[in-house]
Order: sequence, then C-alpha cells, then structure tokens
Amino acid sequence: MPEKQPTADEPHTANEPHAANEPRRAHEPHAANEPRPAHEPRRAHEPRRAHEPTATEPIRTDGGRVTEATPSIQEIPEADTVIESKDLTVHYGDVQALQPVNVRLPEREVTAIIGPSGCGKSTFLRCLNRMNDMVDAARVGGELRFRGKNVYDGDVDPVALRRRVGMVFQKPNPFPKSIYDNVAYGLKIQGFDGDMDARVEEALRGAALWNEVSDQLDSSGLALSGGQQQRLCIARAIAPDPEVILMDEPASALDPVATAKVEDLIDELAEQYTVVIVTHNMQQAARISDKTAVFLTGGKLVEFGDTDRIFENPENQRVEDYITGKFG
Amino acid sequence: MTGSERDGRGSDGGGEDEGVRADGGDPFASVGGNIERKQRLGRVFVGICFASTLVGIVALVALIGDVLYEAWGWVTLDFLTYPPSRFIENYYPGGRGAGIYPALVGSILLIALTAVFTMFIGVGAAIYLEEYAAESRLKSFIEANIANLAGVPSIVYGLLGLAVFVRAVGFGESLLAGALTLTLLILPIVIVSAQEALRAVPDSQREAAYGVGATDWEVVRDVVLPAALPGIMTGTILSLSRAIGETAPLIMVGAATSMFVAPVREVGGVPVPDLFGSFAAMPMQIFDWARLPEAEFQHVAAAGIVVLLTVLLLMNVTAILIRNKYETR
Ligand SMILES: Nc1ncnc2c1ncn2[C@@H]1O[C@H](COP(=O)(O)OP(=O)(O)OP(=O)(O)O)[C@@H](O)[C@H]1O
Ligand SMILES: [Mg+2]
Repeated sequence: MPEKQPTADEPHTANEPHAANEPRRAHEPHAANEPRPAHEPRRAHEPRRAHEPTATEPIRTDGGRVTEATPSIQEIPEADTVIESKDLTVHYGDVQALQPVNVRLPEREVTAIIGPSGCGKSTFLRCLNRMNDMVDAARVGGELRFRGKNVYDGDVDPVALRRRVGMVFQKPNPFPKSIYDNVAYGLKIQGFDGDMDARVEEALRGAALWNEVSDQLDSSGLALSGGQQQRLCIARAIAPDPEVILMDEPASALDPVATAKVEDLIDELAEQYTVVIVTHNMQQAARISDKTAVFLTGGKLVEFGDTDRIFENPENQRVEDYITGKFG
Repeated sequence: MTGSERDGRGSDGGGEDEGVRADGGDPFASVGGNIERKQRLGRVFVGICFASTLVGIVALVALIGDVLYEAWGWVTLDFLTYPPSRFIENYYPGGRGAGIYPALVGSILLIALTAVFTMFIGVGAAIYLEEYAAESRLKSFIEANIANLAGVPSIVYGLLGLAVFVRAVGFGESLLAGALTLTLLILPIVIVSAQEALRAVPDSQREAAYGVGATDWEVVRDVVLPAALPGIMTGTILSLSRAIGETAPLIMVGAATSMFVAPVREVGGVPVPDLFGSFAAMPMQIFDWARLPEAEFQHVAAAGIVVLLTVLLLMNVTAILIRNKYETR
C-alpha cells in the first residue's frame, strides 16, 4: 500500500483563517451523554484514531496525477457505527458515478452529505437503502454494511432493509390518500396489528405536524401545503420506526419558514434515529449535522469528519474552496 | 436612436415599412421583419385548419342528421324489445312488434365478456411490460409487435378466431368465440393505452412506497394501479366502443346475421348468458336489414344504427365520467 501523500504537498490546507462570516454551528454535542445500545463493541485491535494521517490509498484518476485521497475508514471509530461502506462504487452504465467510498456513519447522529451538483450525493444516499436497485443502469460494487451485514449480499431482501432504513425525498410525494392512510401505510404493509391510531398520532407528533392536522386526518394528503406535505412524508417514514432515516435535500422545495421547521425536526429526530441528509445548503449542513461528508466532482468522498472541524478547518484545499464558495 | 440606425435594420423589411416610419411617432417602427405579412400568412393558415375541422364536423353532423331523419318514429319501445321480422308491417307502430332485441342483448353480452377478458389480459400484460420486465431487446421486440398488431385489419383477427376458438379449441360459432376474437382484436390497443397510463404514474410515487418497505407487488397494488386505473379504464372503454361496431371478425366466427332469440338461457329461473350458444350482434343485424329489398327497411336499418350509436355514446360518456371523476380529485 503506497504512502499517503504528506499534507505538506498541499500548501494551503491547514489552519488558514476563515472568512469571518462563515457559518458555524453552535457547538452542541448531540445527545452526547445518551446511553447507546452496545450493538457493536469496538474491537480492541482497532484503535480509535482522530485526524492523524493514516495509510490511505491515493486514487489516481487524471493520467496518474495523484489527487486527493478519500478518508480512510480507520479514521472513523467503529463503535456506534450503523452503516459502513467499504470501497462502495456505483456505475451508471460505463460511467463511474461513485469512486470507492469508505465511511462509517455513527448512530443517532446527523450526517450531512454536501458537495457540488452531480457529484454523487444522491447516488450514495440511494445505495444506503438499495433504492438504486430500481435504476436499471446502476451497478453497485464493494460493500455496504448495515449493523455489520453487507446489504448487497444475495440473501438480503431490499424490502427488509428499507423497513430498517426509511427515506424522505427531495420533492414531497404523499400518496393521493388521506393523511391518516399516508402515515399508516408503512405500518399496514409491515403487518402491524397494534393500536394504529396511536402510532399515527405518535408519528405525526414526531414530525411536528400533529397540531396542524389532528382535526383533518381524513382529508387528502395532497391538500396540505408543500412544507406540511414534506413533514407528512417524514411522518410516513418514521411511523414504522426505522433505525435510519435518509433525506435527499428534504427542504430544497420549501420556503424558509417550512425549511426552519424541517430543520428543527431533524434535530429532534436525531435523538431517536440515525439521520443521513443530503443538502446543497452549506449553512444548513453546518446548523443541523454532527458529521459531514464532502463529495467532490467525480463522485469522490474527499473528506469526512465532525461538522465543526470540517467547516472550521478542512484538511483538503478543495473542500475549503467549496465550503467558502470559491467553486461548486 | 437615429434615423439611420433604423434604416439599417429596417431596410430588409421592404418598401411598405417606409410609410410607418415616416411620421416617427410609432415606437415599434424599427421592428423589422415584415410582421404584418407574416401575421396575415398566419391567419390564412388558421383559416385552412379551421376549414379542415369543419369538414369533419359537417360530415359527422350530416351523417347523424340523415340517420336520425330516416329513423324518426321507428325507434320505439317495441323495437327494443322484439325480435326481428322479415315483414315490414310488424315494425309499424301497432303492428305485431319486431325489432332489434336479440342483437342488442347479443352485442351487450359480447362487449361485457370482451371487457372482462381485455381488462385481465390487457392490464396484466401492460403491468408486466411496464413494471416488471427489464429493459431488453426482447421487451422492445414485443412492444414493437404489439404496436404493429394494433394496425392489423380486423378480418385477419376474424380468421384467427375462426381457426383457433371456433375450430381448434372447439367453442363453435358461439358467444364465447366471438368475445375472445374481439378481445384479440382490441388487446393491442388496450395494452398500449394501459402502458401509457402506467407510465404516467410518477416514479416519485413508486419510490415513496418502496421507501417504507413495500414489495413490488404492494407498490403495484397500492400505488401504481389505483393511480393508473382511470387511464386504463378510459382506454379500455374506448377500445370496446370500437369493438362493438366491428362486423368483419364476427362474420368470420359465424355470428348469425339475424337471430330470433337472445343468447340467454334460464338457469333455475335466472337468465344467464349462453356462452356456447349462437348469437347475433347489432352491426350484422343492421347489415341484414339494409340488404332487404323493401325500401322501408332502410328506416329499420337506420333505427338499428341509432340504437347502436346510443350504446356507443353511453360507453364513451362513461369513459369521460370516469376520467373526470378521478382527475378532479
Ligand atoms: N439514473 C441515472 N442514469 C445515469 N446516470 C445517472 C443516473 N442518476 C445519476 N446519474 C449520474 O451520476 C452522477 C451523480 O448523480 P447524483 O444524482 O448522485 O448527483 P447529486 O450529487 O445528487 O447531484 P444534485 O446535487 O444535483 O442532486 C451524475 O453525473 C449523473 O449524471
Ligand atoms: Mg441529488
């Protein structure tokens, strides 16, 4: 395995003072002291390494010139990991949309995925619940482990995976059914036979929508405003109580007020769920996420780490340029 | 802006612009390109299009007007409830009563059976092609052939029905054989229109269902079919209204030109369609009347056409109602 390029090769990388108006997240460690279920105790021989440079494989793309390497998976603690990707790649036909991605997504935290348009954010997100199965042209390589199990193994039913990993889409897409039926749908097909009314109410409360719709549960979900529809979709996603919620630019079709509501909601969701959110909005990523993954053009995961660290002190020059708005 | 600038731009516009520009008061004077002449050309084009529309409408109105005029006074309750007769006196008001009854019942049963068959087979095929079959050469080949089948003359389907249903399968010259033949005839159109309806269901709806852990079947059953059903129904009904007027394939499978009883049997006092009995259908009954030498039978034939067109109209209205009902929701 070749040596990692020393950071000195990238002259502008570290510790450059940032523009003063850069968005910064008030440091509030998310549910930091919450007891976590010990799903996967960290193995002793795998030390938790912070940001110390590690053996990473430089990825040669343009004619042998070494560009930035993706973060190595060892940098990320394994404990509390819900989803782990190992050399995950995606091809659309002959076009590679995702260079090998190695990352671990921590439990009950918000991970934001940012990067310029077309860099593969949605593609990566849709790998996490095998939504790419629906795209005929998409081919996935490498491994994606959910609680240690590679979900692309032959014996994994994507339907079962999606019951653990729910999804909220860019455009609100409620069914043309009543609000109640929208929320109850996931439970119904999963064979839930308990108190449906209670679960629907719980989900709608969880999505901060209950107060607005409690007296019109029988009216059509399509009759709601865009922001309400998106929260209805969030309620629909959390009603079956998944472990992970994927969101692909959930606020991009919403006005600022509705966006703020959805953002608050994501904050609350992180107490119970692992949230992975794609966003184009840097401030939003800084506000709501604990971890940030930066993809850059070509489908490369260039940097992953604590949101505060990435926004204050990115290791990679191009990430810094992107975050400060110099390109992308 | 100076005048010379305008001249530079307007010069290719021809002489007639000159006068407009002269008074200098028109802010659009410098807009060249002979707009006025183009507009006139546009109006001529609209005129031609309108005339084309008129030809169609006038022809239709004249046709219907003529039929209605011929049939005036001949479409009576007796006409709807009595079997046909060779004697014109029986069709007169106050006569012994004669009419279209067996053919009317035959046509309705034929269409009802055809509707059941096409709904299942056509929608099934469309769902398979749209929702399950992977994009492949074979799929494109099948789809291209279905589209081609839609253009095959109906008499060919008649021959096929005769060979397969009447002879090979042994249904004989029966209602069932007729319905199956008509099913084959309209199946391509039903499949194509159902595919279009399925394709019109946005992928975001499918993803929403997959996202909460629905299986392929649940997505089709709960999301895709309900959304596509109005479109599927409209397409099917419109195809059926083509089938109800078909004569050629029915001649081939041996529908009777003129029957005196409807293809209905009593089973324990309840009338049920006689699937294996012979039957008459309205288009052939009308043809039979039109062939008769007495001039007055032309009125009877016209009355038959009015009944046929009414059934057709009712079917189309149903299709429109279904579409409107679901579209406004
Ligand atoms: N269904 C598809 N078929 C072929 N290529 C695709 C498909 N979906 C995405 N791609 C390609 O993969 C690349 C990554 O797309 P992706 O949608 O993941 O980008 P993104 O980061 O989500 O962009 P955006 O921010 O604009 O949503 C793009 O170059 C795109 O053209
Ligand atoms: Mg995207």
